[in-house]
Amino acid sequence: MADRKGRHDRATRRLWAALALPGTFWLIALFLVPFYAVMAVAFSGSINIFGEPNPAWNPLDWQFTTFNNVISESVSGAYREVWIRTGLYSVVALLICVVVGYPVAYYTARLAGKRRGLVLALILAPWWINYITRMLAWVNLLQDDGYVNKALGVFGIAPVSWLSGNAYTVVIALAYGYLPFFIIPLYASLDRIDPRLLEASRDLGVGPVRTFVRVTLPLSKMGLITALVITALPMAGDYYTNTIVSGSPNTNMIGNQIELFLLQGPLKNFGASLVLLLSLVLMFFMAYYLILTQRASRDAR
Amino acid sequence: MTATGAPSRAAAGPGRVTKRVPPWRNPWRRPYVLGAITWLYILWSLVPVLIAVQFSFNGGRSRSTWQGFSTQWYCCAEGSVGEDPSLLLALENSLILGAVTVLVATPLGVMLALGLTRWRSRSSQVANGIALVPLVTPEIVLGSALYLVMVNLYQFVPLGRPAMLLGHVTFSVSYVLVIVRSRLLSIGRDYEEAARDLGASPLQAIRTILLPLLMPSVFASAMIVFATSLDDFVVSQFLFGDASNITVPIKLYTAVRASPTPALNALATLLLVGSFLALVLAYVGLRARRRGTRSALDDLADYG
Repeated sequence: MADRKGRHDRATRRLWAALALPGTFWLIALFLVPFYAVMAVAFSGSINIFGEPNPAWNPLDWQFTTFNNVISESVSGAYREVWIRTGLYSVVALLICVVVGYPVAYYTARLAGKRRGLVLALILAPWWINYITRMLAWVNLLQDDGYVNKALGVFGIAPVSWLSGNAYTVVIALAYGYLPFFIIPLYASLDRIDPRLLEASRDLGVGPVRTFVRVTLPLSKMGLITALVITALPMAGDYYTNTIVSGSPNTNMIGNQIELFLLQGPLKNFGASLVLLLSLVLMFFMAYYLILTQRASRDAR
Repeated sequence: MTATGAPSRAAAGPGRVTKRVPPWRNPWRRPYVLGAITWLYILWSLVPVLIAVQFSFNGGRSRSTWQGFSTQWYCCAEGSVGEDPSLLLALENSLILGAVTVLVATPLGVMLALGLTRWRSRSSQVANGIALVPLVTPEIVLGSALYLVMVNLYQFVPLGRPAMLLGHVTFSVSYVLVIVRSRLLSIGRDYEEAARDLGASPLQAIRTILLPLLMPSVFASAMIVFATSLDDFVVSQFLFGDASNITVPIKLYTAVRASPTPALNALATLLLVGSFLALVLAYVGLRARRRGTRSALDDLADYG
């Protein structure tokens, strides 16, 4: 057995490496190198005739003036408010995700019974509906003469101008947009809990609430953290939700600032510095998530 | 959910316990509250989209007042999807980009999955880590990094369709890798080793044994890549260059606050139909691969 395995390994190892090569090369050229390009632009020391930064490809040429400038503006300056707003909107939207998403995931995984397939399909559906389309749908409803204001009118509530730079519209839109991405990983983890554990708790006379707090919640902790990380990462860099449902600089998040610098002006080194800073902030979450998935895939082998 | 159902359930449940404990202590009580929250959430998440689809069939120009049924915004009123060149162009660009992304990303990802799963060494561990990072990278970081590298270093790749293709393949490869690898791990190594013992060359073993076994997951990942490429907004927006390369999500984004007619809803509906078809096919593919043990919906849920 060992001999046969050894023979095969020797003969095929080169083949496996060769198969992995093109994809690995692709990811190096189009993932690692681009990230280096962000650093080269952020640490650029000179500008060209259009006022755009010349990328500094050689680390010896790196100048940190812009980057330091961006950091100090972020700590106590023009971007401070934008960062705080980004954090605040994300935290509130994530809280809504937990309050709405946990019951939904729990019900689907444990209690939906015969209708489980249907409920799961309906919960998966928004995941595959284009994000911009889902926002477009809300823009229709939230028009000044849209269905939402008409519905409020029935109860005698004056029409609200939802789409003109309201913080709460942005937060609710973020929660609405990212809830499907939150629910599914949580559902997967709740689904994996052995029902016998809950039955044991029940048989020992523990009520539903304490069973939930003592058994289900601790067992789904990892799933909850995964769901929060998966949702928080794109949410922190979101700019399109904001543009679509608000469009006002009063609700700008850090993503809007990045998009503004990179795509709508010459100050690409400022944009690149903000991308670096955002990546640094999110790096912790990304690394955490990667370690978790690596561990899970090792267990699966 | 009616009151008349209650006695029969109490009788069917484990007997008298239900009568002694108050309802909040009764573990066999039907989960009315959680059920209501779930169904309300489903309504909240889907009804707005259904209303948007409904307005794509509106008889008038309004996107907030229903004026009768008509298919004029698909074809052939002035400004409809069939008549407005910019909307048609967006649709065409999206479909071509999605198809080419599938053709490039699927083989690349399958090869990567085969290589990284079976080839065990320190460098494969590193490559494995790199391959998963795009899945957790916020799109704005990936989009801006690709934009800066195309503009500053890979100047031979013009912004537009070529740059968008490279970008879409980059995030799609990781999807293919994850889906195909989970199938590879569940197949195990026995079949290919048997083939090798019977005299097959390594390549023959892959071609005649592994690939047919992997086919359903390859197909499913191709469909998921197509749907993801159709839906992508951020990477496309950073790389599309000028209006001639606009895709459907970019068109929706730029037009949503500018010139709202139901034609925009019609365009969104067509995008919805496109990715829905791709996913139904992916679902069928995943179902073909597992009979009974777990529902294919659970698999789809895992691939996020």
